[in-house]
Amino acid sequence: MTKLTAENIDVYYGSKRVIHDASLSIESNTVTAFIGPSGCGKSTFLRCINRMNDYIEDFRKTGVIRIDGKNIYDKDVIVEDLRKRVGMVFQKPNPFPKSIYENVVYGLKIQGVRQKSQLDEIAEKSLIQAALWNEVKDELSKSALSLSGGQQQRLCIARALAVDPTILLMDEPASALDPISTAKIEELIYQLKENLTIIIVTHNMQQAARVSDKTAFFYLGDLIEFDQTKKIFTNPNKELTQNYITGRFG
Amino acid sequence: MLLKGIKTKEKLIETFLLACAAVSVLTSIGILWVLFTESMIFFRHVSIVEFLTGTEWTPLFAEKKFGILPLVSGTVLTSLIAIAVALPLGLTIAIYINEYAPKSFRRIVKPVLEILAVVPTVVYGYFALMVVTPFLQKWIPGMSGFNALSPGIVMGIMIIPFISSLSEDALFAVPKSLREASYGLGATKFQTSFKVLLPAASSGIIMSVILAISRAVGETMIVAIAAGQQPRLTANPLVPIETITTFIVQVSLGDVVQGSLEYQTIFAAGIALFVLTFALNNLSFWMKKRLQEKYE
Amino acid sequence: MSKLSKSNSSTSMMMDKMFRYFGLACTFFALMILAFFLIKLLSEGASRIDWTFLSSFPSRSPEKAGIIVPLVGSFYILALTLVIAIPLGVFSGVYLEEYGRKSKLNALIEINIANLAGVPSIIYGLLALEIFVRWLGLGKSLLAGALTLSLLILPVIIVATREALKAVPKTIREASYALGGTKWQTILHQVLPAASGGILTGVILAMSRAIGESAPLIVIGAMLYISSLPSTPLDDFSVLPIQIFNWLSRPQPGFIINASAAIIILLVIILILNGLAIYLRNRWQKKVNW
Repeated sequence: MTKLTAENIDVYYGSKRVIHDASLSIESNTVTAFIGPSGCGKSTFLRCINRMNDYIEDFRKTGVIRIDGKNIYDKDVIVEDLRKRVGMVFQKPNPFPKSIYENVVYGLKIQGVRQKSQLDEIAEKSLIQAALWNEVKDELSKSALSLSGGQQQRLCIARALAVDPTILLMDEPASALDPISTAKIEELIYQLKENLTIIIVTHNMQQAARVSDKTAFFYLGDLIEFDQTKKIFTNPNKELTQNYITGRFG
Repeated sequence: MLLKGIKTKEKLIETFLLACAAVSVLTSIGILWVLFTESMIFFRHVSIVEFLTGTEWTPLFAEKKFGILPLVSGTVLTSLIAIAVALPLGLTIAIYINEYAPKSFRRIVKPVLEILAVVPTVVYGYFALMVVTPFLQKWIPGMSGFNALSPGIVMGIMIIPFISSLSEDALFAVPKSLREASYGLGATKFQTSFKVLLPAASSGIIMSVILAISRAVGETMIVAIAAGQQPRLTANPLVPIETITTFIVQVSLGDVVQGSLEYQTIFAAGIALFVLTFALNNLSFWMKKRLQEKYE
Repeated sequence: MSKLSKSNSSTSMMMDKMFRYFGLACTFFALMILAFFLIKLLSEGASRIDWTFLSSFPSRSPEKAGIIVPLVGSFYILALTLVIAIPLGVFSGVYLEEYGRKSKLNALIEINIANLAGVPSIIYGLLALEIFVRWLGLGKSLLAGALTLSLLILPVIIVATREALKAVPKTIREASYALGGTKWQTILHQVLPAASGGILTGVILAMSRAIGESAPLIVIGAMLYISSLPSTPLDDFSVLPIQIFNWLSRPQPGFIINASAAIIILLVIILILNGLAIYLRNRWQKKVNW
């Protein structure tokens, strides 16, 4: 079932065009990787999906992005609601300077969920989903900043999961982490896709090859190729893709 | 959540916050309006020419004279003395901290010097009256108990951090390359500081001096306690004088009927004071802008 | 430059060395003078301080006079000022830092605040005299005094708030938005709490400034001689610095001793406030280690 479609997306910062005519379609419960060299537009494209680019002053977009058939840039769309259905994990872990518990339940509290039993239940569930529960279950009131980098990132994932999104956007989630934490996160992605649609931006091609079902290759603002991951990495259609995969540049 | 609900609530909050920020604008408007309207009434009774050029200020006497020059001269005299104290000391300290002292010294001493600026001005007034004046009287014959020299010196001490901190910042901002060029040619720290760094940091230093003068001009309590209440057009620092600020305090302490001419004189004095400090402050802002443009 | 290329004579080396000592001397001179003043102060007034002094009412005779009335007045006016100035200042700072785009209005407000910070305090007194005392009919009350002081310290609180808000990393706000938080929710639940240490420090510094102010309060008519404790915000009042000023204007040496003692009390209060500010700032910086 199609979860997200992007049709002829152009993105401008002022008069500078950073994404040119990108179109793709993503199925539910799949993992899609966006790859490409630095500055190719993959993060920008990702941020269009939860409208985080709205905060950039001279951001302009043409084209349509639909989630479950609905244009997310429609006038009657409440962007705060959108972000409850489309979660995001950032490159550098950014937990709030509060306790682990407070971090996880923040998204719920701002929606008006107050009952402690409910909050506790969802917090536990999210931390289990993020494979962090066993490590922190006895220290939920400890400061989130006392956790290691890898744990902080899993906390951020738990925090995003707590609001029960259907899509999870991950912007280079493991690039600031050590190899062991990275492996844990990748395993997590594999488990999460059972319930979520995941889009992950990564500059690590092996990672893309390991975790994703489909891969989109961006280069200088153009979506060069979008296909099954296996195909992209073994027998791509475009020569540019082939050159990037084999490390000729990037 | 309803669409209208969130958007309206957020917009309301933003408007409320803007209203808070606007209070500061209202304050400025208020100051200008108050000074202006009361002064306008004043100037209907007193000619502006007499006000600006008259050399006698006796609004509370039977024979009223409204020349503000004596008050201005009192203000200028005390401020000049203050700067004469603060400038050499402040600048020397700035150069020393910047070029000679180790980094740890800077970290400790700079905030400690700021203490000078935090002491309440009544306390400084006390020092001027009870410590400095008696001390000076021992050495200077003919020095009266109320004078301009004592509060001037104490004000100078108070404003040292204005000059030392800001000048030090200005010296700190001079590019390393200039320093290296000078030292590379075999210059001493003294030569580098005075021939290269001071000229390069001059806008910043001048800005700090202007701000310090502005602070001295607006100072009230030190002069109210130690300078006396005798308006006098003079350059003699050993006799009692009165500043613009002291006059306002003097009237406020007395039994002055609201709406009377005497009442309006404090606003006329106020507007003179405001014009002086406003001009000085904006001059320094302009210098700061020039400094920033220089290093862009 | 040709002057520098001559090899340095011994005079230049000597000048350099002399200046080094001169500079050090100047730095310490300023502080030594202050220390000297304080020693003199303590020798004059320390012995006068006891519970009787702290709790006595004003009197024509210096031995009987005490500072309870202005002391209480200072605390009341400080409390009132905080109630007014903190919300006003923090909300203004939040608006300017979080909502203000590079609009002309914002630039205007910023220049305005910079100017207000440089206006002599006595001019605030004139403003308050017309607007609060006359126009609003508040008379020379605690409330009028508190409003005056609030306007005076407002720029300090606004600037402190902005600096504290600036120090909160963008990523914290992003995380909140990404979870569906609105702008105000993000500010209220994440940004302000994270900035609270810096804001508190600024507030305490503003307080220690306010408690030492006398000129604007004299202008609005704060009493030099008041014999009863204020009980409502509309009562007449006096504050510690004004009482000091009053005693300094009297000829009797007994009053000078009283003034010295009162100054010591005032300085102790300010010292405690500033110490508190430094302590809180250090604790906050440890807690929030980005």
